[in-house]
Amino acid sequence: MNQNAIEVADLTVAYRDKPVLWDVDLTVPIGVLMAIVGPNGAGKTTLIKAILGLVSPAAGQVLIYGEPYERQRRLVGYVPQRGSVDWNFPTNVVDVVMMGCYGKLGWIRRPGQQERKMVLEALEKVGMSDFADRQISQLSGGQQQRVFLARALVQDAQIYFMDEPFQGVDATTERAIVTLLQELRAAGKTLVVVHHDLQTVPDYFDWVTLLNVRLIASGPVDDVFTENNLRLTYGGRVAFLKHNGYKEKTNLEQSAKLRGV
Amino acid sequence: MDLLSLFRDLFPDYTLRTVALGSATLGIVSGALGAYAVLRRQSLLGDAMSHAALPGIALAFLITGSKETLVLILGAAAAGWIGTLLIMSIVNTTRVKYDSALGMVLSVFFGFGIVLLTLIQKRPDATQAGLDNFLFGQAAALLERDVITMASIGAIALLAMMIFWKEFKLLSFDPDFGASLGFPMRFLDILLTTLLVIAIVIGLQTVGVVLMSAMVVAPAAAARQWTDRLSLMVVLSALFGALAGISGAMISSTTAHLPTGSTIVLCVSTIVVVSILLAPNRGLAWKWIRSHRNSRKLRLEAVLSDLYLLTQQHKSPEYAHSTSVLRLMNTKQGGVDRSLEELEERGLVRRVDDGKWALTPTGINEAERLTRIYREKNL
Repeated sequence: MNQNAIEVADLTVAYRDKPVLWDVDLTVPIGVLMAIVGPNGAGKTTLIKAILGLVSPAAGQVLIYGEPYERQRRLVGYVPQRGSVDWNFPTNVVDVVMMGCYGKLGWIRRPGQQERKMVLEALEKVGMSDFADRQISQLSGGQQQRVFLARALVQDAQIYFMDEPFQGVDATTERAIVTLLQELRAAGKTLVVVHHDLQTVPDYFDWVTLLNVRLIASGPVDDVFTENNLRLTYGGRVAFLKHNGYKEKTNLEQSAKLRGV
Repeated sequence: MDLLSLFRDLFPDYTLRTVALGSATLGIVSGALGAYAVLRRQSLLGDAMSHAALPGIALAFLITGSKETLVLILGAAAAGWIGTLLIMSIVNTTRVKYDSALGMVLSVFFGFGIVLLTLIQKRPDATQAGLDNFLFGQAAALLERDVITMASIGAIALLAMMIFWKEFKLLSFDPDFGASLGFPMRFLDILLTTLLVIAIVIGLQTVGVVLMSAMVVAPAAAARQWTDRLSLMVVLSALFGALAGISGAMISSTTAHLPTGSTIVLCVSTIVVVSILLAPNRGLAWKWIRSHRNSRKLRLEAVLSDLYLLTQQHKSPEYAHSTSVLRLMNTKQGGVDRSLEELEERGLVRRVDDGKWALTPTGINEAERLTRIYREKNL
């Protein structure tokens, strides 16, 4: 396939006079599981929001499967940051996941039996079947995250944008989410994930974008996730320390492989 | 029609019937739409809207010379709507925060309205009489025609709310996600805000600009106590609004010179207080009972474990210990005697002579079970 999932050209976003994203060019091929990493304030969330048209860019254009986003909405699923909504809202798990159908339903039409079935299937996939009728205010952080993932699954999209899906979840949930993401990639979907833990980037992802207002690098993890690029992204010492941690880990893994473990 | 005739039988008096119907209408509409305002943390927006409506009422009268309800309502709606848009644009284009923008618009519009009202009062003719009733409401002046106007406009607002139910839910819970799905969230925001303006202006004649925000916030706040479902919350909120409207109208009719609007607000406040105290799960009374029950259970368990600990230091498992030792071990605020008596009732401890206590075999089992549970929880 000669088409790309996402093509971003010259994307610039500014809040008031301060640039948050500066002239970002980014190409994401179909079927990759990509991490966006960068320090706080690097514009990771803004990049996703600008691609989705949630913030209006000062300049630049975005193509999804070669066409403007407005025409390709049905191909796109979105998992916002867990903290972006009020979890005390009077509703239950099924109802929130059902919102994933709203786009396909269009105006005014109400969800019916078929949608309910899709919702229950999605909940099954994220291991939340037992919580279908639970009030959302009673969920733990990891469960909230799973509910958001289920809602995105119901969208049945080709490209998924996820804003920090691992934030504040326990190790079990993190494992479950990673497995789910890798299953989606295996099914040919493209995933763009804002990620914070540099240590796990090589384990979880096959593609990575390093961002700090400007695009530092983007490509396969093996080529791009280098000490030099990390230093450019995070600046000096921080990058060095974190990168060392990552190096030790991979060394260990490699020696383990050599020993045939 | 059955409902109407029931209403006729309940309220044989024309004036009271009109006032009660009008108050119920405003209660239903502002209650239902107020639920959204409360959930979207825009409770105070209702206050700003109703205050901002005052100059609209005065201007509508100045321009048309008419005191027709529909004309005044339209004027109020236009001013309330402009005030709200002004608040939104101040927040979006300047560094001024939401609460400050709200305060500024509210006071500036209200002040302007008062100035206009004063000017109108000074005019020599008598046509202006009664316009100042919009400040605190004057339900007795309601005509059947007014109620029909209120009910028709309110019905349109409620119908719109039901048609866009799913979109408004999306707007209230996760607007970013809604926008990513392609719904025009800005438009939906303005639409829902407009419906809220409508809900407010139809109540101004009865309740007045000063107190109207209570009819938006209070029924919804009370309804939230009783349910965890949006649909039920909206319905309950509307019912609470209607209940407050009708009971306020009835109470004020029994006493001379008791203003209807304020009485309605007092009624709705009573509903709020009752809900905050008594609603299941969230109500303060329930919370108090639950925590009381928990702490009593913990106190009993503590005394039982202490006694078990003491017993373990002796060969005989049923060795008796004095209350004073237990009292020393119990670092919390006492109640050891009462706990022991209760444990005795349950057959877990028994009283040995001269104020000493020992575990019964069941008590030993129970204490061992508790110890096991605590140990598992610590792991």
